[in-house]
Amino acid sequence: MQAAVIVFPGSNCDRDVAVSLAHIMGRPPLMVWHRDAQLPKVDLVVVPGGFSYGDYLRSGAMAAHSPILRSVKEAAAKGTRVLGICNGFQILTEAGLLPGALMRNRGLKFVCKDVHLSVLRADTDFTRRYRKHQVIRIPIAHADGNFFADDDTLERIEDNGQVAFRYVDEAGNLDDRANPNGSARAIAGLYNETATVLGLMPHPERLADPALGGTDGVPMFESLLEALS
Amino acid sequence: MKAKVHVTLKNGVLDPQGKAVGHALESLGFQGVGDVRVGKYIEIELAETDPAKAKAAVTDMGKQLLANTVIENFTVEIV
Repeated sequence: MQAAVIVFPGSNCDRDVAVSLAHIMGRPPLMVWHRDAQLPKVDLVVVPGGFSYGDYLRSGAMAAHSPILRSVKEAAAKGTRVLGICNGFQILTEAGLLPGALMRNRGLKFVCKDVHLSVLRADTDFTRRYRKHQVIRIPIAHADGNFFADDDTLERIEDNGQVAFRYVDEAGNLDDRANPNGSARAIAGLYNETATVLGLMPHPERLADPALGGTDGVPMFESLLEALS
Repeated sequence: MKAKVHVTLKNGVLDPQGKAVGHALESLGFQGVGDVRVGKYIEIELAETDPAKAKAAVTDMGKQLLANTVIENFTVEIV
């Protein structure tokens, strides 16, 4: 399988995720500059974390209108898998590929720490190597991760099984103290309706090597490799 | 002509920044401070000379980029 990583001015996790992809998939991803109008033919597009365009106007707002995003949207419509991590999640919501919006954290602070997530579904191309309701530890590092959607949208995404991950405590229980940013229904990650696009605030690529202190991010990349090979 | 665009959070969307500003005003001793909401103000110079066309164009800008209509409302004033 072949992956591509989109690089914006201000991306800072593009190389981290490229290392994880190359290591786990055995082939380096193509690095695609935001001004390119045409995405190469790939199986997976990763929209990485960082501060694209300096977070001007709103996090992800400018990147969502960059030339490459038009091509990413077309590819997503045809079923190409798209993974947005942190700023990538913000960009995918701003681009309309995922519902809702990511607002300033409830506590107004940039939060950088490990959190626990519950894996809501283990039947998608992103999560098949996890177990349903498995609790995983993944780092977050963001100021704008407070997921918001109106009540109708929240009901719809719950009914459609679009919630990918929720913030939970270490034992896997929902607890407001385990919600680091005030996200509605503790949503940490979200699928589109066909579960072919995933956005999440936590960084699976940052715990994808024992040398980094953990490997709970590895199954996500293994899942994609297995599903798309 | 010039467009003045105000972007504000929709009612019902929590504004932690506004809340923090409200608390700060209270701690400065200002009395009777109610709900505080923080928004954005954007000025745009336009080549267009027809006010109606200018307003239509800037409204389109608001929907496409200046505001995230999931969480924000905006108003356009042409001067």
